[in-house]
Amino acid sequence: MLAYVIRRVAQGALVLAIVGFVSFSMFRFMGDPLENILGQEATVLDRQELEDRLGINKPVLVQYFKFMAGALQGEFGVSYRNAIPVAEVIAERLPATLELALVSGIFAALFGIALGVYTAIRRDGFLANFIMTTSLIGVSLPTFLIGILLIWVFAVELGWLPSFGRGETGTMFGRPSSLTSWSGIRALILPSVTLGLYQMTLIMRLVRSEMLEVLRTDYIRFAHARGLSSRAIHFRHALTNTLIPVITIIGLQVGQIIAFAVVTETVFQWPGVGSLFIQAVQFVDIPVMAAYLLLVGSLFVVINLIVDLLYLVIDPRLRVERGAGAH
Amino acid sequence: MSDNTAQPLLRVRDLVVEIPTRRGLLRPVNGVSFDVERGEILGVVGESGAGKSITGAAIIGLLDSPSRIASGEVWLDGERIDNLDNEGLRKVRGRQIGTIFQDPLTSLNPLLPIGDQLAETAMVHLSISRAEARERALAALVEVGIPAAAQRIDAYAHEFSGGMRQRVVIALALIAEPRFVIADEPTTALDVSVQAQILSLLRSLCVKRNTGVMLITHDMGVIAETTDRVAVLYAGRLAEIGPTRDVVESPGHPYSRGLMAATPSPSELADKDLRLNQIPGSMPGLLDVPAGCAFHPRCEFVKDRCRNAVPTSYPSGNSHSACFLHDAEALS
Ligand SMILES: Nc1ncnc2c1ncn2[C@@H]1O[C@H](COP(=O)(O)OP(=O)(O)OP(=O)(O)O)[C@@H](O)[C@H]1O
Ligand SMILES: [Mg+2]
Repeated sequence: MLAYVIRRVAQGALVLAIVGFVSFSMFRFMGDPLENILGQEATVLDRQELEDRLGINKPVLVQYFKFMAGALQGEFGVSYRNAIPVAEVIAERLPATLELALVSGIFAALFGIALGVYTAIRRDGFLANFIMTTSLIGVSLPTFLIGILLIWVFAVELGWLPSFGRGETGTMFGRPSSLTSWSGIRALILPSVTLGLYQMTLIMRLVRSEMLEVLRTDYIRFAHARGLSSRAIHFRHALTNTLIPVITIIGLQVGQIIAFAVVTETVFQWPGVGSLFIQAVQFVDIPVMAAYLLLVGSLFVVINLIVDLLYLVIDPRLRVERGAGAH
Repeated sequence: MSDNTAQPLLRVRDLVVEIPTRRGLLRPVNGVSFDVERGEILGVVGESGAGKSITGAAIIGLLDSPSRIASGEVWLDGERIDNLDNEGLRKVRGRQIGTIFQDPLTSLNPLLPIGDQLAETAMVHLSISRAEARERALAALVEVGIPAAAQRIDAYAHEFSGGMRQRVVIALALIAEPRFVIADEPTTALDVSVQAQILSLLRSLCVKRNTGVMLITHDMGVIAETTDRVAVLYAGRLAEIGPTRDVVESPGHPYSRGLMAATPSPSELADKDLRLNQIPGSMPGLLDVPAGCAFHPRCEFVKDRCRNAVPTSYPSGNSHSACFLHDAEALS
């Protein structure tokens, strides 16, 4: 089992090394970093001096390792746009994104699983069919449209919820957070729903089809034949067996939420790394873009790893055989 | 429940199961009647598709929709159970009627320790505490012959061999001490070497508790060795029912005769594909069951009457056969 864990960690590190190389390459292939920093009127001497200082004239591999070593310590250089260290810019923006992603992830997972189970158990019910049909809309509408529709209905027409910003923020774990005030929580609702709706729908459809599959298995039939209550059968027996194969996908969906946050943050003017990235793209602020890419990549890898390790905890078949195996 | 020993333990009367399909109404069970006494093992035999499993499922109220009991009655210990609501049926299942399915590999929840599955079954039917249920679970495992049961009670299904898993399944079916057990091909999926052990375990447990058993099987060898009486099903109808010895040695229905003739001798048993198909032709599908006796197109004794009328049950020696050959009035 330890070997398995080590192998998975090594695979994750390899993926990050590749993502790191891609972000590193941006420096070389997107625009001229010297020009970006010095402006067009710089002399050849200025350029050489800066080349030395930045190490750009060293072999590519050396530069790459230097870049990765810096990245590991949170060093991404200085933002081209406002000359603040990238790490600082990200640190300022990241909590807002994590908070939004966390809330939408929880929303997507909880509602996705609950609705998936409901629509599977009440397979031919009116409400279940209704949910399934409407969920198609959730999958097919683009995020920005959903965001705008939600703003229109709940912010403009009904005036129940704010349409942009984080509301009042207090501090939680030493960072600004919307979860500390009522106005902040209200501000979170629309962007979280917008961000999580697509994933929620996918999770729901996945859970439903997997659950239907499980409900047809022999052990469920046998559980009925033993006279267990429907409740015990659905939740104790069917749900756990349903969730095992879908955990990976739920984990990856929740991971994607951070990447998808770009659009939602823009629509709701949410001050997170997603809108930071869009600004960085507009200004060709390569250090910020590179840092963002690595950050999202790392989050993916970490989520993946957690999901894999979760399997070890949940699925007895993957754990080491007990001593007394009577085969 | 009443303790009316004058009644048979299980009484099935004119049971009809219907499945509405787009191509027409199917009757996989079509007017089947039989009794099972306490402590008796009734074998149910017939070709694939004869309606054996559906009969069992109908008795415990576990027909998959859209199948449903269209008519007939099922009585357990003098109490009618076919018209119970879901909750009533749930209480019958496991508590009054235990069920064992064919495949022990897939009958157990892979994610729950077997002890938990046993305990939950005991707890749902007997008002006992968790600790008592666990004790019972352990006792049940010991009873079905799981070695080192105390150490293995928290093991998962995949940690057991096929034969051991079927023992666990038997423990699960019997833990609430049902009066009646339906075993649907309990050994078909097992190694030949463990089949006999499992059957004798089932037999001894049921004899000990005076439990009635309905043992569904393809295997005439199992019938001959394990059962007291045997019911032969053909195309959803009962062809013959009677004491095992009589049916095996002097079958009354031409179909049973073919079946017994087709029974492989021990030397042929190794060839697993050898089944019941040595009677010319094959059992009709449910959509084209012929008029009259369903067996008549394959029957060597076929008469005009067989093509037009469905035979009822006539005494044939010690058994009863649904065949006009035994209609005493017509013969005289
Ligand atoms: N939902 C359904 N729709 C149509 N036909 C069905 C359905 N369920 C069962 N049947 C048919 O009912 C008949 C009886 O099935 P059953 O499972 O009782 O057979 P069996 O005697 O147990 O056979 P086997 O020995 O293969 O287990 C079969 O012909 C089967 O095809
Ligand atoms: Mg069957």
